[in-house]
Amino acid sequence: MAELIAKIPKGPLTQKWSEYKSHQNLVNPANKRKLDIIVVGTGLAGASAAASLGELGFNVKNFCYQDSPRRAHSIAAQGGINAAKNYQNDGDSIYRLFYDTIKGGDYRSREANVYRLAEVSGAIIDHCVAQGVPFARDYGGLLDNRSFGGALVSRTFYARGQTGQQLLLGAYSSLSRQIKLGSVTLYNRHEMLDLVVIDGKARGIIARDLITGKLERHFGHAVVIATGGYGNLFYLSTNAMGSNFSACWQIFKRGAMLANPCFTQIHPTCIPVHGAYQSKLTLMSESLRNDGRIWVPKNKEDAEKLRKGLIKAKDIKEPDRDYYLERRYPAYGNLVPRDVASRAAKERCDAGYGVGSTGLAVYLDLEESIGRLGKHVIEERYGNLCQMYEKIVNEDPYKNPMMIYPAVHYTMGGTWVDYELMTTIPGCYCLGEANFSDHGANRLGASALMQGLADGYFILPYTIQNYLASEIKTPRMATDRPEFAETEKSVTDRIEKLMKIGGTRSVDHFHKELGKIMWEYVGMGRNEAGLTKAIGLICALREEFWKDVRITGTPAEVNIELEKANRVADFLELGELMAMDALNRKESCGGHFREEYQTPEGECMRNDQDYMYVGVWEYAGPEKPYKLNKEPLHYEEIEVKQRIYK
Amino acid sequence: MTNHKNMKFTLKIWRQKDAKSKGKFVTYKITDISSECSFLEMLDILNEQLINKNEEPVVFDHDCREGICGMCSLYINGRPHGPDDAITTCQLHMRKFRDGDTIVIEPWRARPFPVIRDLMIDRSAFDKIIQEGGFISVNTGGAADANSILISKLPADLSMDAAACIGCGACVATCKNASAMLFVAAKVSHFALLPQGRPEAKERVRRMVAKMDELGFGNCTNTFACEVECPKLISVSNIARMNREFLCAKVG
Ligand SMILES: Cc1cc2nc3c(=O)[nH]c(=O)nc-3n(C[C@H](O)[C@H](O)[C@H](O)COP(=O)(O)OP(=O)(O)OC[C@H]3O[C@@H](n4cnc5c(N)ncnc54)[C@H](O)[C@@H]3O)c2cc1C
Ligand code: FES
Repeated sequence: MAELIAKIPKGPLTQKWSEYKSHQNLVNPANKRKLDIIVVGTGLAGASAAASLGELGFNVKNFCYQDSPRRAHSIAAQGGINAAKNYQNDGDSIYRLFYDTIKGGDYRSREANVYRLAEVSGAIIDHCVAQGVPFARDYGGLLDNRSFGGALVSRTFYARGQTGQQLLLGAYSSLSRQIKLGSVTLYNRHEMLDLVVIDGKARGIIARDLITGKLERHFGHAVVIATGGYGNLFYLSTNAMGSNFSACWQIFKRGAMLANPCFTQIHPTCIPVHGAYQSKLTLMSESLRNDGRIWVPKNKEDAEKLRKGLIKAKDIKEPDRDYYLERRYPAYGNLVPRDVASRAAKERCDAGYGVGSTGLAVYLDLEESIGRLGKHVIEERYGNLCQMYEKIVNEDPYKNPMMIYPAVHYTMGGTWVDYELMTTIPGCYCLGEANFSDHGANRLGASALMQGLADGYFILPYTIQNYLASEIKTPRMATDRPEFAETEKSVTDRIEKLMKIGGTRSVDHFHKELGKIMWEYVGMGRNEAGLTKAIGLICALREEFWKDVRITGTPAEVNIELEKANRVADFLELGELMAMDALNRKESCGGHFREEYQTPEGECMRNDQDYMYVGVWEYAGPEKPYKLNKEPLHYEEIEVKQRIYK
Repeated sequence: MTNHKNMKFTLKIWRQKDAKSKGKFVTYKITDISSECSFLEMLDILNEQLINKNEEPVVFDHDCREGICGMCSLYINGRPHGPDDAITTCQLHMRKFRDGDTIVIEPWRARPFPVIRDLMIDRSAFDKIIQEGGFISVNTGGAADANSILISKLPADLSMDAAACIGCGACVATCKNASAMLFVAAKVSHFALLPQGRPEAKERVRRMVAKMDELGFGNCTNTFACEVECPKLISVSNIARMNREFLCAKVG
């Protein structure tokens, strides 16, 4: 078993990061040029890391599966990015951002990592503005802020409803500059298919050129994985169609451990499911909760009529509306954290108050804000979101309230990393949504962008040097070494095995089936019987997949079905592990709601006595059960309490 | 949701094995398509049927399916991103067609965007243009406090309008000259309107325009078709701004 040493620096919480930086090892400029770093992923985490490492003088190889680095899934982030700037003079501070993040994560994240995240958050905004990111500004020319869930201050910076796009384009522009300068080589339309480990250290990857289908061997003194989260395992999610967890699953099988896989985030405000052919769910940014009020009818009869289309939302008079978030959580109102808002929506719908033809929807109503601020203000703030809604639903959200329902959105769990963002494989790092470190059991809105950029711009470029300083004598390795050949062979074997099945069902068929099982039993509400059942169903589905999947074409060409099959095969294993992790965690915390463990009011009941730890799973070998390790969580600064948003 | 109806279509789709092979249109019939289904979901259904018949599915690019990544393309009935305004193909819904319609689906056609397979094309020329100058030369670390630069709301908003470009290439696809002027102008304007972008403004426009020409994109003859088809409604006034910047760069 690899040891779980988090490497948290000594000293008071507020000093840890500066202490670390003062004493860490660095690599001198001449040696940097001799060191190769592979960065897989060009999202906020990957692109910011690749660009910054290139600027420092390292020799970087950067991979993405899309045709351009600018298309990474980060591009879709809408609402904003947090930073403890206190520009609004409303009482924000590094400590408060740190505190909100730990509390929002329901006390299941690592204190030192979260403090560091809050500490570097301000520098992210400074850097992005220097890059030319066009954040929203007020009439005085200063940066504007909005509020997000789980906070009582306005600390969210935004660029209309396209914050992720603008931040990613910022990172992409820096990356492009390094590509031109020759310090970064880009491998677009390439997919990592395995990690090469030599003498216990990460030394390279096997990647498939998605155009020619050829397998390539790439050497690196270190390998950085920034490939995003696994929400797409549910098939219907707000993630991009190609989002996947395969790189993390590959390193898992090579010795990196996986933390808290059951911690997934269901986002409260998405456009509801409307048909079996549907391929994805569209998010309506949480920022809408600044100006939108969420409600369902107070009377079941009204709900029934709405479902049948006999009346419209407008016909329900004010006193007959139940603004259930404002009613249940007067202090935070519509801005409670996501897990709380999602469960509250589900509770109302399950109780028979849901609207929309399926009854699985609630209203998000902009009417009052339009009345108060004028339509033009709302348009300026959310214009693109309203347009997106209208194109999908064919209804004008300025006139009728939007219909929304929770959907899978983000995964807090991920590859286990220490304080340096290194996995349990020396020389292999993991950044962004792909790692587990900062969000505990629930992520607050606008904190993923912050974390991705913190990891890539301001943390990894330091911590990786602490490792590489002892690698300066390691020469570049030839890729004809046996370790490369063996790893490539295992990839070839798997592809051949997949191609040979020649079954009758498409990859999508299996992906959709997996999604249904996960949503039903490993979704918003979980219980022992359901989770046990899910494990059985997933195993059976996996067996069927390996017997009956059909992949057309050959591996030596563009082959979309093969790409999907590789990813879904991994999801079929990860899904089981998620259910196992959820089964093991006999408590409710954040996004992990075990129905057996709730307060009489239906809130999460944590069990700090037995579960104040990170559940860290280890791969023990083919056909062997996964092994559970525990990293206990210690809170030195923060007093652990029940989360109350009332 | 709104009323849905079931529709049928005849699809004429461009099929091409790889960059070197000759392509051709292949006709497919498809029925039982919900009017609420998106265009790409309709192609998913077709592909599922092709796989079930052991035929190779139609290859097309897509990822976010919400109009922001710029990965989807498709020339549909003679229009990039199909018969609706201010959208990408992934945002197009079948309710925009009539029951029984014949729909012709082609890849973007422009010399700098070669076909890779079927409807998938190579747009790396856009990345190459950005690499020439689509950035501000600032290294990570060392930036001043973000609020130390004041930017009036109007230029900030105009800059954001230009920065909204998703790099899909519809502007090039629709232009009879395969000009990339709108794409380049959007990036040039995004930076030109911000004080941070000024120090490198001349160099930037000069290099990006030179690269655009070198990669074989055509000239702009002011037909403004690009603005009409741009999913993000990027205005051709950005082209005027770029021309000004370019002239200044030449004389300066
Ligand atoms: C619709 C939506 C809205 C959101 N809004 C917000 C918001 O307002 N604020 C906020 O803070 N967060 C938001 N989030 C969350 C946030 O966007 C993501 O968590 C974050 O962008 C993830 O960034 P990343 O760099 O870790 O990964 P990604 O952006 O997912 O990038 C993954 C990269 O890895 C590459 N890749 C993956 N697998 C492979 C492989 N095997 N080989 C090679 N390359 C590979 C991909 O090509 C891509 O470049 C939102 C998320 C969604 C879905
Ligand atoms: S798939 Fe992303 S814009 Fe269409």
